[in-house]
Amino acid sequence: MAKMVTDVICPFCGTLCDDLEVSVSDDGTKILDVYNACAIGAEKFLHSQAKDRVTRPRMKQEDGSWKEVTYDEAIEYTAKMLADARKPLMYGWSSTNCEAQAVGTELGEMVGAVMDNTATVCHGSTLIAVQDVGVPSCTLGEILNRADRIVFWGCNPAHAHPRHMSRYSIFPRGFFTGKGAKGRKMVVVDPRVTDTAKTADIHMQVEQGRDFELLTALRVAFKGEWLPDFVGGIPKKTIYEVADVMKSGRFGIIFFGMGVTQSLSKNHNIDQAICVTRDLNEYTKFNIMPMRGHYNVTGSGEVWGWLHGFPYALDLSRGFARYNPGDTTSNDLLMRDEVDSVFVIGSDPGAHFPNSSVKKIWDLPCVCMDPHLTPTTAVCKLHVPVAFVGVETGGCAYRMDNVPIECRKVVDPPEGMPTDLEFLERVVARVKELKGA
Amino acid sequence: MAEYLIKNGFVYDPVLGIKGDKVDVAVKDGKMVETSALSKPAEIDASGMTIMAGAVDIHAHVAGPKVCAGRNFRPEDKLFRATPMAGIKRMEGGFSVPTTLRTGYDYARMGFGFVMEAAMPPLYARHVHEEIRDTPIIDEAALPVFGNNWFVLEYLKNHEIENTAAYIAWLMRMTRGFGVKNVNPGGTEAWGWGLNCPTVNDPVPYFDITPAQIIRGLIEANEYLGLPHCMHVHSNSLGEPGNFTVTLDTLKQAEGIKARNEFGREQVLHHTHLQFHSYGGESYASKSFESKSKEVIDYVNSQDNITIDLGVVTLDETTTMTADGPFEHHLTELNHLKWVNTDVELETAAGVVPYIYSPKTFIAGAQWAIGLELGLYAKDPMRTFITTDHPNAGPFIRYPRVYKWLMSKAAREDMLDNVLKYGNTVRDRCYIGEIDREITLFELAQMTRAGPAKALGLEAMFGSLKPGMEGDVAVYPYNPETSEDPEDIERAFSNAQYLIKGGEVVVKEGQVVSNGNKRTFWVDCKVNENPQVERDIAEKFKRYYSVNQANYEVYAHHYVPNPYVIEVDATQ
Ligand code: SF4
Ligand SMILES: [Zn+2]
Repeated sequence: MAKMVTDVICPFCGTLCDDLEVSVSDDGTKILDVYNACAIGAEKFLHSQAKDRVTRPRMKQEDGSWKEVTYDEAIEYTAKMLADARKPLMYGWSSTNCEAQAVGTELGEMVGAVMDNTATVCHGSTLIAVQDVGVPSCTLGEILNRADRIVFWGCNPAHAHPRHMSRYSIFPRGFFTGKGAKGRKMVVVDPRVTDTAKTADIHMQVEQGRDFELLTALRVAFKGEWLPDFVGGIPKKTIYEVADVMKSGRFGIIFFGMGVTQSLSKNHNIDQAICVTRDLNEYTKFNIMPMRGHYNVTGSGEVWGWLHGFPYALDLSRGFARYNPGDTTSNDLLMRDEVDSVFVIGSDPGAHFPNSSVKKIWDLPCVCMDPHLTPTTAVCKLHVPVAFVGVETGGCAYRMDNVPIECRKVVDPPEGMPTDLEFLERVVARVKELKGA
Repeated sequence: MAEYLIKNGFVYDPVLGIKGDKVDVAVKDGKMVETSALSKPAEIDASGMTIMAGAVDIHAHVAGPKVCAGRNFRPEDKLFRATPMAGIKRMEGGFSVPTTLRTGYDYARMGFGFVMEAAMPPLYARHVHEEIRDTPIIDEAALPVFGNNWFVLEYLKNHEIENTAAYIAWLMRMTRGFGVKNVNPGGTEAWGWGLNCPTVNDPVPYFDITPAQIIRGLIEANEYLGLPHCMHVHSNSLGEPGNFTVTLDTLKQAEGIKARNEFGREQVLHHTHLQFHSYGGESYASKSFESKSKEVIDYVNSQDNITIDLGVVTLDETTTMTADGPFEHHLTELNHLKWVNTDVELETAAGVVPYIYSPKTFIAGAQWAIGLELGLYAKDPMRTFITTDHPNAGPFIRYPRVYKWLMSKAAREDMLDNVLKYGNTVRDRCYIGEIDREITLFELAQMTRAGPAKALGLEAMFGSLKPGMEGDVAVYPYNPETSEDPEDIERAFSNAQYLIKGGEVVVKEGQVVSNGNKRTFWVDCKVNENPQVERDIAEKFKRYYSVNQANYEVYAHHYVPNPYVIEVDATQ
């Protein structure tokens, strides 16, 4: 017999599905199966059960080999590294809960750290654009209940957010959307013919890096003004048609992803996309939402927002909070040799940062706190495995629409393994002692 | 715990009827006590200073998703505003939308003990509580919004008060909420389609109920439950020229309804930031726009079951934020500044837009005047509370400046003569120039302590120095016998010499010296079982919410780590 844990939250992507069911062995130690999740979500749960999981901290030795150390030793090393540093970088935060983020921020204040999250290589440009022009948006349930116009721009939910379309955006029948997918018009803008694009009513196969032009062309088209024959490779007839589709809906939304945030023009693309949305609100109701990747990258921006007023690139090294993307962002700091140690929390810069940045991390004292073995754990000096948030411990996470959801604990972590919150709390206590001395 | 004896100060306490007499004030084990109860108190010499109970803010937007959106999208609000950490005090930042840390410290420095977060979107309740948790020192609570909630719209369409009440009790428990907030009733649901309900008689699209029905129904449900606070409304057409008729129509919904509760509250309707709702004329032009503060407050004076707060414009660059989604869209169309909007499924919406109340414009000057006129024309200071609808009409740190304007005709004349560019036009279109009244320190204590505490149903805990009350005492470096310069008022009330909060010294010689022991207040209301409402809730979660019902409730532990629960029994 197995126990069934219901209403489980999936700690993988920003869709943050909260309807998973997980069957657990009677003694509560093993996950047997995961229901309702997509393949990548289920994998996250099953992965925690891997036989070869690292369950004790490991310190890299002079000769490059790894030696197991105790958690006490790991706390001592981390606390000393941070307390001794002039300007440590505390990076990541996207795959942990808000409680750990809040305690981590207090730690950052104490040691004068620069705090940065994965938005720095992802939706940071979105956050800048919001600071320029704002953002008219809504919760995902509003899409479910009202939306009849859905635009996916530079994102591929079929692969990156697999249950997004079935739970919220395309297929479900809501209060005012009784016809489900039949009542919705779907537009995809993507240079590639993705699986998402294949299901669209209209696919605008924009030329790579021409999103800005196409977005401005839409704004022209809303007003029925003149356009050249092609913009970004799209015939003007199609642009007028898409403009018309958008204007004629009752409630619409643009979801956008890394295809526009990190392509040529970056935050200026998003400025335009938001202005497209603003314009549309003169005709109908329209919204825009970033497809946030990691399940709680949104939460780290909120925690830093309420504690210090900035969503990423948060520099606490001067004793007060500063923010200046390009200056206080992780890669820029690493490239300029401005940080003297690195603490990575629940993220993988080893995989997502440019090689030259990763080399710098390799050269610096670096602690990586992560349940997994990752490219980052390979380049750090100390790897601290911790309990999986959302599997072995609960905690708050913010969905891509900023809705906070409390994750559930499904099974116990391996014996003696702390959560990242517990580990951080102990580092805070130790740093207090070191600084007080 | 510690004992304190505060000696030689001028005490103002409306509950005890003390009007500036020198009375010793005693605190022991977190509570106010008789001086005879002390054994070995630490003495605080308050010679030449003013002593009042800790202040109570009935309406400010200080925690939650829209506040955080305001912070994150306005880096400019933090420029040159940072304060480094010092001792136990953490880093502070921000001006019109301060960080939670600064929020707690600023309120403490101003001598506040309790602050009500004025609008909590239920689906985002966790966010509100996380921010409240991370706001040091002050006790706080939050009002969930109900006026555009689909359950409420459906029940009140048929005047189902009992079902509405059962739903309210359930939602307050789910969200750890304190009372019933009602923002732009019906209009925010209409905003789901880009529309609005400008008057109390415009039916809500699809739901086919009028704002008037929502307002009256929520008052009745609130009294059915006997909650500590009354229904708290921000009426339709905020900020619109000519809106005073809508305001009067809203206030009239309370006629004939009596307060029913065990908390000493006597009113059934609180109208917030009345300044934004007391406009005459047809446009913002000085030829047309005019103050209707007198007309509105005359009505309030004539009724005894209404309380109000002012929402005084402080003439700053600020950040507006409200669950009145259509209003914020209207505002961004007017000032063309950046605009955040979030529509929340089945419940509400919110918008955020920066705004500059420039003393160089007629309209900002007129708004400034109207807020003050309301405070000066109000007959009962126990029903009239000082706010800036922080941060909408101005940041809460400007309260002491508002006190100065209310307490000094000279300070007002100086504004009209020397600061406002269109001071004479403002005199012409508003009543401000005709008013001689100056609010006294005793009245100030009513408007910032005893009054709001009573309206929130918290008169047994806050608002007075009576033995048994919470040990919240503020000592201000203001000498009522010798101070003549109105600037002294602003300076003194901006930075208390001492604040004792819950019996602990948190501000000492003007400096924050403790992070306190803040609590989150919420109201747990028991109602009879109501299978229909339970079924409706289950059904709506299954079909229309994007989260499961089992994942909706805000549990204590890290969201409300230090709760103060007020229990209400509405089963009879
Ligand atoms: S869509 Fe995302 S949150 Fe949902 S189950 Fe898949 S990985 Fe998990
Ligand atoms: Zn308000």
